[in-house]
Amino acid sequence: MGSDVLDKGAATGMPEAPRLKGRGTPLRERFFQLSLWASLAVGVVFLVWLLAYVVIEGWPRLDSRIWSNFPDIIDPTNAGAQSAIMGTIWVIAFTALYCLPTGILASIYLEEYADPNRWWNRVIEINIQNLAAVPSIVYGILGLGIISRGLGFGQTVLTASLTLSLLVLPTVIIASREAIRAVPQSIREASLALGATQWQTIWRQILPAAVPGMATGSILALSRAIGEAAPLLLLGGLTFITFNPTGVESPFTVLPIQIFNWISQSRAEFTALASAAIVVLLVILLAMNSLAIWLRNHYSHRW
Amino acid sequence: MTPPPDSSGGTRIPQVTYHGAPSLAEPVFEVGSLSVFYGAHEAVRDVNMTIGRRQITAMIGPSGCGKSTMIRCFNRMNDLIPGARVVGKIRYHNEDLYGRDVDPIEVRRRIGMVFQKPNPFPKSIYDNIAYGPRVGGFKGNLDDLVEETLTHAALWDEVKDKLKTSALALSGGQQQRLCIARTIAVKPEVILMDEPCSALDPIATMKIEDLMEQLAQEFTIIVVTHNMQQAARVSDRTAFFTADVDDKGERHGRLVEYDETERIFSNPSNQRTEDYISGRFG
Repeated sequence: MGSDVLDKGAATGMPEAPRLKGRGTPLRERFFQLSLWASLAVGVVFLVWLLAYVVIEGWPRLDSRIWSNFPDIIDPTNAGAQSAIMGTIWVIAFTALYCLPTGILASIYLEEYADPNRWWNRVIEINIQNLAAVPSIVYGILGLGIISRGLGFGQTVLTASLTLSLLVLPTVIIASREAIRAVPQSIREASLALGATQWQTIWRQILPAAVPGMATGSILALSRAIGEAAPLLLLGGLTFITFNPTGVESPFTVLPIQIFNWISQSRAEFTALASAAIVVLLVILLAMNSLAIWLRNHYSHRW
Repeated sequence: MTPPPDSSGGTRIPQVTYHGAPSLAEPVFEVGSLSVFYGAHEAVRDVNMTIGRRQITAMIGPSGCGKSTMIRCFNRMNDLIPGARVVGKIRYHNEDLYGRDVDPIEVRRRIGMVFQKPNPFPKSIYDNIAYGPRVGGFKGNLDDLVEETLTHAALWDEVKDKLKTSALALSGGQQQRLCIARTIAVKPEVILMDEPCSALDPIATMKIEDLMEQLAQEFTIIVVTHNMQQAARVSDRTAFFTADVDDKGERHGRLVEYDETERIFSNPSNQRTEDYISGRFG
């Protein structure tokens, strides 16, 4: 083994002392690191800038009136966004109700039952991936044509939440599938080898292990839905509503639509109001994302 | 089942070498002309063997010789691999294991399996043991069953104070013994073990081997192992598998020799067995 080394040593006399001192970080590597930092900085700086801007703009109106009062077209100094906040909560709650069971069941089918050698399963799979990339306005048109007019549900919370369900369903399915796939094959085998049926294996082993991942992905998907204004504008989410939804058949507005409406007003008081509503929306989003992160850290499995 | 004659010579299928009268207990499995295909590839070719009741049967052989494929036929775990196909017969107490009306779930309740890497469920020790009985619709006292099972698997003293803690907190060797305990909790007749000690240190391995010998008084055990000393130490009968490479470069596992362990390790009748045992190949 060492004979080569010895031969070389013999040819050159004594072997050279090994060089261990560093040559410093090469310029190219420093440049690379620098550009990484710069790219990161662009994102962070703009985010901070935006946040600071809306908080400063909305500060005069960031008080309890924003959620205790209703929109008022005459007196913006005293107006609030209660109907929009309540509308957002209603719409998102029903979106979750429709898309979570559907998305989770679909992902179980695709991961545990579907035979990838069958062409129809491959078609479904490709379709879901493509659907996740379809612009939200297209779902708005779909909702308007099929759910609002075709099924006759009109301009209601029901129409809005069904449309948003369709919008986030592909994301929920993809996230849930990943959570299911993260459960090691050895757990499935262990369960089946003990005489459990496939259903018992899924219900007692795979789902409990996959739920944290599913929840994290689903919450992130829902927080995308919360910020959507475009499809709901198409569906006739009204921009001026002074009452809270009372059921799925109620007309509604949501925060993004309310913000859109206030921003397009000319008076400065409305701009401040819009900024305050943006802060409220961001707080809701941050809360949901924090919950997702907490779930992921708290329930993540180590196999 | 009478073993085929010793030397038919020059046949297409390589003959399995048998010694005169095999000292076989009452048969549990009778394997006849068994081949396993993955898609078009024949991974195991034409295996004939009989597994005796309450004996430890070891399967040894170099990597890729089809031992693991073979052992997974006995509880129909190969059903889970898309494209896997079993040709030939495995009779379990004279019933065709691959018969049309056989439910693989029922098969696996009678024929348990322990895997290469310890794979406890991410649940408590108690729930790991109770899982099999629960899914099988056990109606008795679970607490008693868990204690009885863990005692049986010589694990009770080590874990009795932490039954509610996660099984993943146990050491690798303890996890593997928990997996064995979990398997016997459903009271199977046969326990299949696919390289149960390959992820364990020598002390943990020794404990598992002791446990295997003790369990063999009540259970029929089939064990795949890479460790020839292990086969020699624990098993009553040993099957030596090897892989033939065909002209397309594909490997086909086959059974070369199957006999009493003592015979295999002291006086094998096949040259390839002898080469493998003595470390000249594989």
